[in-house]
Amino acid sequence: MSISTIVQMLGEGALTSLLIFGFTLVGSLPLGLLVAFGRMSKLAPIRWLMRFYISIMRGTPLILQLFIVYFGPFYLFGVSMGTDYRFTATLIAFILNYAAYFGEIYRSGIESIPKGQYEAATVLGYSRTKTFVRIIFPQVIKRILPPLTNEIITLVKDTALAFTLGVAEMFTQARAIVSSQGNLMAFLIAGIFYYVFNAGVAFIMERVEKAFAYYHE
Amino acid sequence: MSDPHTTILRIDHARKSFGSTRVLNDISLNVDAGEVVAIIGPSGSGKSTLLRCATLLERLDGGSLHYDGEPVAHTDDVGKIVYASTQALHKVRMKFGLVFQDFNLFPHFSVMRNITDAAIHVQKRPKEEVRAEAEALLKKMGLEDKGNAMPCELSGGQQQRVSIARALALNPEILYFDEPTSALDPELTAEILRVIRGLAAERMTMVIVTHEMNFAKEVADRIIFMNDGLIIEEGPARDLVETPQSDRLKAFLNKLETWEQHGIPES
Ligand SMILES: Nc1ncnc2c1ncn2[C@@H]1O[C@H](COP(=O)(O)OP(=O)(O)OP(=O)(O)O)[C@@H](O)[C@H]1O
Ligand SMILES: [Mg+2]
Repeated sequence: MSISTIVQMLGEGALTSLLIFGFTLVGSLPLGLLVAFGRMSKLAPIRWLMRFYISIMRGTPLILQLFIVYFGPFYLFGVSMGTDYRFTATLIAFILNYAAYFGEIYRSGIESIPKGQYEAATVLGYSRTKTFVRIIFPQVIKRILPPLTNEIITLVKDTALAFTLGVAEMFTQARAIVSSQGNLMAFLIAGIFYYVFNAGVAFIMERVEKAFAYYHE
Repeated sequence: MSDPHTTILRIDHARKSFGSTRVLNDISLNVDAGEVVAIIGPSGSGKSTLLRCATLLERLDGGSLHYDGEPVAHTDDVGKIVYASTQALHKVRMKFGLVFQDFNLFPHFSVMRNITDAAIHVQKRPKEEVRAEAEALLKKMGLEDKGNAMPCELSGGQQQRVSIARALALNPEILYFDEPTSALDPELTAEILRVIRGLAAERMTMVIVTHEMNFAKEVADRIIFMNDGLIIEEGPARDLVETPQSDRLKAFLNKLETWEQHGIPES
């Protein structure tokens, strides 16, 4: 198998990896905000529930969560989901897991905004929603960019875990090629793919940080 | 700036505790349109809490609060404090402005946006009109070239002037100041005092918590001396400073005088 064939096959897998990555972000970034709100809720039961959820997501391996989401419907409810469910199960597990991490990042950011910002906004007549949307959240984003970047880079690497459910993402492809070829070329190329992917993530996040550098506190 | 001789703020028998600490103990206070009232008193006497209750940042535990004769909070028959509806409180908030000790400007907004954002997005006034007014306010504050600057690029004195402009942009009937110069170096204090003096000359209704006794004497119509959550003494500014009646006010003024001569002791 020529290098260009390997690259082509890995490229298809990389597309799937990219989809997992993209859908996970699109799902978990907003969901994380809800998690943060739940975690800071005035209602104690909601707070405890979120706390419990976050501790499970952070306290158990993602790979285990993948398996539970994938096999859960069958073992818990006797429902067979078919092979298409692999991809969906991957997304569900990833989104739930990352929403917990993002939720904690949002929360730390929200809690770091000085009380005076809320008070100034309140006296100026901003509603609670307007205060959050116009005054608090933009400042939170700037503050959480560094931990957010770390988490997103971890996500790029975590997409490889989808291989455990047999999703044909890049690492799955690489493994198949390696075992049929008897050499590590595919792993090397896959490694380069991941590396470049993350260099791209780092580049974009740096641009975002620059876009927020127009002020400091 | 409203008609003279009408009472804008009226607080009766206000009480407020934090846990078991009584911070406001039966405080009554009226402020008429065009009046400038200074509040003085030792640290912990409840001055900030009084302003925070008047600006709805804290809830009273008892007593009543009126703006323009309209009830905002009152104590019912069983002694429970009842506040007006959320919508009514929102309208009341448009009647006053508050200038904080540490400015609390929005760091992610330009100076112009700090001043105009609430007028545009809360009051829903036309952008052009608001911007024109903001330009005029900036000019008045001596900051006409700072509209595009970010708060972090300004000195403390400039930031405080922006925060005054921000409060004025909503055309409040009454403006509260909580130690507006305490976070500033002495040389920056003068510029803020000059601005407040200018507002007093325009008969802006103001309540100012301050430690600047000479300033209070000169700019205020009336001074209120608070101690331990009580109004101990109040009267025309000059009389109160020059012929204090109570021992506590005498002691307080003496202490301030020593501080002015020898500097505030590090606590
Ligand atoms: N949120 C709060 N929780 C508990 N106690 C508070 C709170 N705010 C104020 N206090 C207490 O209430 C008392 C009065 O505080 P306040 O800030 O009104 O005093 P002040 O006259 O403004 O003092 P200063 O001159 O130091 O600003 C103090 O004993 C203070 O510790
Ligand atoms: Mg105070």
